[in-house]
Amino acid sequence: MIDSPRDADAPRTGRRYGLVVLLFVALGGALSFALARTRWWLPPGASTQAAEIDRLFTTTLIVTGIVFVLVHIFLAVLIWQGGRRTAPAAYWHDNRTLELTYTLAPAAILVTLIAMGAVVWARVHAAPPPDALVVEVRAEQFGWVFRYPGADGQFGRTDATRFLTRDNPLGIDPTDPAGRDDIVARELHLIAGRPVHIRLSAKDVLHSFFVPQFRVKQDAVPGMVQSVVFEPTRAGTYEIACAELCGVGHYIMRGKVVVETRGAFETWLAAQQPFAP
Amino acid sequence: MTVTHEAHPGHRQSFLTRYIFSQDHKIIGLQYLFTSLFMAVVGGFLAMLIRMQLGFPTAKFYWAQWLFPGGFANNQIKPDFYLAVVTMHGTIMIFFVLTTALSGGFGNFLIPLQIGARDMAFPFMNMLSYWLYPPAIVVLLLSFFVSGGAPNAGWTSYPPLSALPNAAPGSGLGQTLWLISLAILIVAFLFGSLNYITTILQLRARGMSLLRMPLTIWGLLFTAILMLLSFPVLFAAAIMLLFDRLGGTSFFVPAGLVVGNTVIQHAGGSPLLWQHLFWFLGHPEVYVLILPPMGIVSEVLATHARKPIFGYPFMVGSMAAISFLSFVVWGHHMFVSGMHPLVGMAFMTTTLAIAIPSAVKTFNWLATLWRARIRFTTAMMFAIGFISLFVTGGLTGIFLGSPAIDIYVHDTYFVVAHFHFVMASAALFGIFAGTYHWFPKMFGRFMNERLGKWHFWLTFIGIYLTFFPMHFAGIAGMMRRIFSTGLYAHLQGLAWVNIFISLAAFMLGAAQLLFIWNLFASLVRGQRAPANPWGATTLEWQTSSPPPHGNFPGALPEVHRWPYDYSVPGAPEDFIPQTVPVTAVPAPVHGGSGEGPPGGKGQ
Ligand code: HEM
Ligand SMILES: [Cu+2]
Ligand SMILES: [Cu+2]
Repeated sequence: MIDSPRDADAPRTGRRYGLVVLLFVALGGALSFALARTRWWLPPGASTQAAEIDRLFTTTLIVTGIVFVLVHIFLAVLIWQGGRRTAPAAYWHDNRTLELTYTLAPAAILVTLIAMGAVVWARVHAAPPPDALVVEVRAEQFGWVFRYPGADGQFGRTDATRFLTRDNPLGIDPTDPAGRDDIVARELHLIAGRPVHIRLSAKDVLHSFFVPQFRVKQDAVPGMVQSVVFEPTRAGTYEIACAELCGVGHYIMRGKVVVETRGAFETWLAAQQPFAP
Repeated sequence: MTVTHEAHPGHRQSFLTRYIFSQDHKIIGLQYLFTSLFMAVVGGFLAMLIRMQLGFPTAKFYWAQWLFPGGFANNQIKPDFYLAVVTMHGTIMIFFVLTTALSGGFGNFLIPLQIGARDMAFPFMNMLSYWLYPPAIVVLLLSFFVSGGAPNAGWTSYPPLSALPNAAPGSGLGQTLWLISLAILIVAFLFGSLNYITTILQLRARGMSLLRMPLTIWGLLFTAILMLLSFPVLFAAAIMLLFDRLGGTSFFVPAGLVVGNTVIQHAGGSPLLWQHLFWFLGHPEVYVLILPPMGIVSEVLATHARKPIFGYPFMVGSMAAISFLSFVVWGHHMFVSGMHPLVGMAFMTTTLAIAIPSAVKTFNWLATLWRARIRFTTAMMFAIGFISLFVTGGLTGIFLGSPAIDIYVHDTYFVVAHFHFVMASAALFGIFAGTYHWFPKMFGRFMNERLGKWHFWLTFIGIYLTFFPMHFAGIAGMMRRIFSTGLYAHLQGLAWVNIFISLAAFMLGAAQLLFIWNLFASLVRGQRAPANPWGATTLEWQTSSPPPHGNFPGALPEVHRWPYDYSVPGAPEDFIPQTVPVTAVPAPVHGGSGEGPPGGKGQ
């Protein structure tokens, strides 16, 4: 090594660098999470799946948080010591037992996390219960349109390319009797404690139906109808955000969700104009 | 092929053939590096514009309006220009900075030198590969100046937004130019990767068996294979999208669309097809960006810790596993796109499986530092910093790989934080470590270590301050690619977080000026470096700095041992170059468990 003067500095540098990793990364990382929890965290959950997803999130956070802190402590120690060493470095570069241990230990942790994640994922995607409220949600640049099937429980045919007008934003086929009592609304109203089955579609480009408090997110894909099933649990007013880049108005594409009692919901629904009275 | 170099002292080169249209891999590597640096400045500047808007949405930026009269109004950025900036920032950083610097720059410079070859297998094709890069840049940047402006469908360019010219301002000519630019660049990448694979497989020096290759070469080899297998898919997708846009086909556009009040005359396509094709490239692409840094970092760690890399066979094996798995995880970008839940389950399993080889690599690096004698050069600091960033970014990947959690964090700033840790930060640290480490080889001079240390500290701290809080914005539900957080109720508390992130980002951006200054100042004024300043073992250090045309004067080197014989007990020095015969210096057994001396294998 030509440039050996730097070696004389090594213990000091090792200490300093080790301390930064320890204090700034390990401790700072952990503390900033603690701080964030109090102010910038998951909005309070308002659906049954929110509770499950939050639990999974917290478990994952604890596991990864422990790994994060331990690895950084270990890294800090290695740097600290590596700078102080005056003897030659060890000629040590293979140890099958050790390597197998740290292959299998993460594997075991990950298998556990996969299993837990699979359970929640499967539950979120379970078939909608028969008593679920069925609502159609259609995304467009840059807003949301909602449709309830009306008294007959049937949605009328739609064809936006033929029937779309200002008064018929979904392009409901006027000749289809099933569509006459359909209710088209600019707000989504749901019943607290009753599962809903949302049939999600898009008029023009990709959008994404995101209600943070419900922990619900699903892309609306033109040409396809997606099912979103969840059960709102807390009455209140929430916002639908669009989470998929959909053009210049991506950031203003807000919608309104009102979760209310069955009675309030019925009153609201009764006040709406059917498509063709 | 390369045999012509044997006679190199004879053939005369003009300035033009030597430095501009050079077929010498070293020059091409440097051309790639400097061009990537230029693009990094452009991409970094765009990042600053993004942060200006998100941190200070009501401030007025007079100079910016003067600079971009079309993109600013009232001295504030316009929403469509904001999206163009986000799109171009991502595109530039991924394709025009990291890929070109790592594969094009380090790949070209290092491969022949480290395997003991005179040049790439196909030097002319190599030159073409570089010379497709500037036109791709020109076409890309041109899109800022056409009507409608630069594309604004994001670097992923999902149709129908990117397929329908009337869906957004940038979906016009700008998007077409984006596709053409990418197609040109992909051809460059394919020329490059063919060259790297052939060169590594065919032109290794005598004795350089596969298991004696430096880990950088392994990283670059796997990267080249990934590029060769995945970029053609994006190429095809880009051509299909061009056809949709210009030729009236409908690969990606379904029937029945109405944009505004215009009925779209396409039928039969699927937007999800693009996502599958795109991510079939897009996911391997992020490993294209991380495998070479993994190799570089391994090398820098071993050299400056004066210790053999720990678990060499596991290191190679885990890179192979990561490369293979990277092709079967693309669906984790599509958990909420409209995929069957069972498919989601399969992609969750493959995705989390990748965490295992990644963990193995991390622990091997840590074990390499165990009982090491660390020399805190700037290169080494960046290599150690890489481990920290890779761990942080990798751990948040576990959240995203679990589809139920991804339902919530997908397309929020949590994702932005995650990929900036692994790609933007860790990959960049690989580049910095490599630059400080190989600069003496490239130019025969050292970079200034004092400035280097400042650069390191500001960058390391700046990255944590910038990207770590983005996790919190994401957890609070801040969607990515939004122009402003002002409207949504659930984002009202985030103003201060965004100001904090922006200030940290400006510091981080400014710190890079130190690097650029150091780089150019050291080129002319740096302290002169000897051939092997770090006491390293690999072949590139066994020739002069910078290496002559043809790399090795006289005969090509012969390799007798693996690349990490550092601190061998009983040896006169703490490193034994790969060219030293085994008999000359008693070497303990490589492989620990009685596989025989390193010299006994390979050939
Ligand atoms: C000071 C450094 C940087 C800052 C402050 C920064 C900041 C940002 C921000 C705020 C976004 C917007 C996210 C969104 O709205 O979706 C973004 C996007 C992105 N950045 Fe960076 N970035 C930096 C460096 C880098 C680097 C070095 C890379 C290299 C890989 C990179 C890659 C990306 C990509 C791929 C996107 C996504 C673009 C898209 O959504 O289309 N960034 N960055
Ligand atoms: Cu939208
Ligand atoms: Cu959107």
